[in-house]
Amino acid sequence: MRAICLYLHIHQPVRYREYSIFDVSNDSNYFHDNYNGRQSNERIFKKVADKSYRPMLDLLEKNMQKYPGFKVSLSITGTWLDQAEKWAPELIAQIRRMVKQRQVEIVGETYYHSLAFFYNLDEFNAQVEQHVRKIQEVFGVTPQVFRNTEFAYNDCLAQWAEEKGYKGILAEGWDKILGWRSPNYVYRPAGCKNLRLLLKNYRLSDDIAFRFSNRDWKEWPLTVPKYQNWLNMDCLRGNLINLFMDFETFGEHQWKDTGIFNFMDHFISSWLSEYENKFLTVSETCDIGEPADEISMPETVTWADTERDLSAWLSNSMQTSAMNDLYAMRESILATKDAGLINDWRYMTTSDHPYSMCTKYWNDGDVHAYFSAYASPYESFMYFENVLRDLDYRLSIAKK
Amino acid sequence: MLGWELPPHNSGGLGVACLNMARALANQGADIDFVVPYEAEHPEIKFMKVLSATRLDPIYRYGGGAYESLKLLEKIIPTIDKEKLVSIRDIQKSYCEFVEKYLMEFKPDVVHAHDWLTYEAGVLAKQKFNLPLIAHVHATEFDRAGMHYGNPLIHEVEREGLMLADEIIAVSETTKRIIHEKYHIPLSKISVVYNSLDENYDTAKYTFNHNAYNYLKNLKSAGYTVVSTVGRFTVQKGLHNLMRAAAMALSKNPKLIFLFAGDGEERDELINLAADLGISKNVIFTGFIRGKKLRDIYSISDIFVMSSISEPFGLTALEAAHHGDVLILTKQSGVSEIIWSALKYDFWDEKKLADEILAVASSPALKETLQQNVKQEYRKISWNQVAKKCLKIYNKTMKHKGFD
Repeated sequence: MRAICLYLHIHQPVRYREYSIFDVSNDSNYFHDNYNGRQSNERIFKKVADKSYRPMLDLLEKNMQKYPGFKVSLSITGTWLDQAEKWAPELIAQIRRMVKQRQVEIVGETYYHSLAFFYNLDEFNAQVEQHVRKIQEVFGVTPQVFRNTEFAYNDCLAQWAEEKGYKGILAEGWDKILGWRSPNYVYRPAGCKNLRLLLKNYRLSDDIAFRFSNRDWKEWPLTVPKYQNWLNMDCLRGNLINLFMDFETFGEHQWKDTGIFNFMDHFISSWLSEYENKFLTVSETCDIGEPADEISMPETVTWADTERDLSAWLSNSMQTSAMNDLYAMRESILATKDAGLINDWRYMTTSDHPYSMCTKYWNDGDVHAYFSAYASPYESFMYFENVLRDLDYRLSIAKK
Repeated sequence: MLGWELPPHNSGGLGVACLNMARALANQGADIDFVVPYEAEHPEIKFMKVLSATRLDPIYRYGGGAYESLKLLEKIIPTIDKEKLVSIRDIQKSYCEFVEKYLMEFKPDVVHAHDWLTYEAGVLAKQKFNLPLIAHVHATEFDRAGMHYGNPLIHEVEREGLMLADEIIAVSETTKRIIHEKYHIPLSKISVVYNSLDENYDTAKYTFNHNAYNYLKNLKSAGYTVVSTVGRFTVQKGLHNLMRAAAMALSKNPKLIFLFAGDGEERDELINLAADLGISKNVIFTGFIRGKKLRDIYSISDIFVMSSISEPFGLTALEAAHHGDVLILTKQSGVSEIIWSALKYDFWDEKKLADEILAVASSPALKETLQQNVKQEYRKISWNQVAKKCLKIYNKTMKHKGFD
């Protein structure tokens, strides 16, 4: 048997608007920009829904109807579900149908797509539990496999997942960790017995997610026969290919006119046309056999950048002070038992916020190195701090 | 090269830019004769010949100016010698006559004219002597008039110069756009060449005299943040907006001091405005300053604001960055096109400016990150690069001579 484990990540942050210091203590609307505003969550969500969520979910569902053996694993953040409920509930219904058919498995994570694991373990647990409850309520299933925000993984996280009874956990298949070993096997995290570690095959994943439409790439254009040939070759070092990527790869990062949807459509049928080839969900993958080896990652590894670390989120002093200030408020926020206030505070824990304060590439003037909802990392920080000031103000009112 | 001023006889950035550009060009082998409209010593300029078009003393080079009447000038500078005070148009006429005489004897490869003051002489060189003309635009009349109409005569001189020039050099994309939109010059004829910081700015001997502003130093140790702006107090600089933003910011954080360094026709209005807004105590007017005193201002400041309604480039921002200030720039300034580590706003958006000042004043993290990052990028452009670009443009106009 040769298997592809296709895992797609669905997420939208709830962006704060250009929240002025003059709004603090006057107007606690942080998250609703004008429809045409730069940080309009509604406009952005609807745009991505049209370009990516809807056509890709249609494509997946169509292939699932055609091929009962076609399966996908999805991680869906709570912040995405909150917004989809408001602006595109039919997307949730569609995913629910596929979950019912047991062709989609839902992966567990934090509700708010946060980096809470690195700041406050209680908060992390609370957000994971909130996500579990939400998934049960919306899809009627309980996640068996866990992924942390931005694939930020280390041995401690694996131990946590083992204690919580997860079957498996996802991480980056980074060469520096693997050495001569291949990501095409199931591994066991260091210090764990039952937990399984699935590692992203980043070369074959990134061929689709990042390079597909790059005309400077010497392999452009990527055709199905060529890609299938690469998969066949890669299977020589293990019969499991973990293709992990953002859901928005399809239609948003790679636009429709690059041919990404046609590629995927043909690829699914072409892969399944060989009798020994399969698609597996993440928990099925955990069961395919005994772990090949034990893998230890004492340092945190993520799926981002060439450094594969957290530096895009937590390196400059704006990012670290924003996060420290935020998490320092936690106990007092929770003590108010004010659900609205707690939810607003938790929306601020989303990792996209510190990411938008990243200055790593900013000096080069390469604005297009990443997409940001803000005019500059500095402005993003400014508005973030102003939101915290208003949260502080609401706390002082609540205490009275 | 046709110019109007060179340091130390300069009133603003034009002279500084001309000097640095000429020096870098000379270093790369250009042989330059630089014409100025006055007679004075330039002891530090050894790399080119400075020619005087008239025998005027430097202080008379702007004559009555393009805006002030003779009577007004007599009022402002009672010591001025009325006999010597001719109108700027007369000076330009003498300047042209000198250039014409000069060109009878010498044949330069190109004529590089800086701003409208010298365009007529440049056009003369092109028409009568068939020399390629490069018009360098440091500012247009629209910039000087705060994007209002300005002086129609100057517009006419600018239009003619720009139309007839073989190539135009603009100091920013903003300026390029103005030249295209207001003077209808095809974009293909305009190249953008950004200015740079003085080569000697780092190496020049300067140590901050910590006693220079003891009053401010005391306030700073009491938690005050010093916000400064430097420039001519004229409509172009958008200082009224800055003053109103200062009042808004002070309403949230009284520990702010605003330094207005410079002088100009808006000074009294600004003093009045500060009083009307009830913030006079937090606003300091330093008067016109230059050299070391100016550097002290940059050094004592935490934030430098460039509030210009229209700023072709804005060299002072690079100077302030050099001294470790956080930059807040209007999106209408040329320098904001090349500096990324700065906070930006539209000149009319007083609330956003106030927001930005307050954010920097209240967050050491934001201040630090901006300071560190801007230090890495303010030197991105060097005068040598500027000179290389200029030489390329010269060559373009000399194709008939076999250059390519």
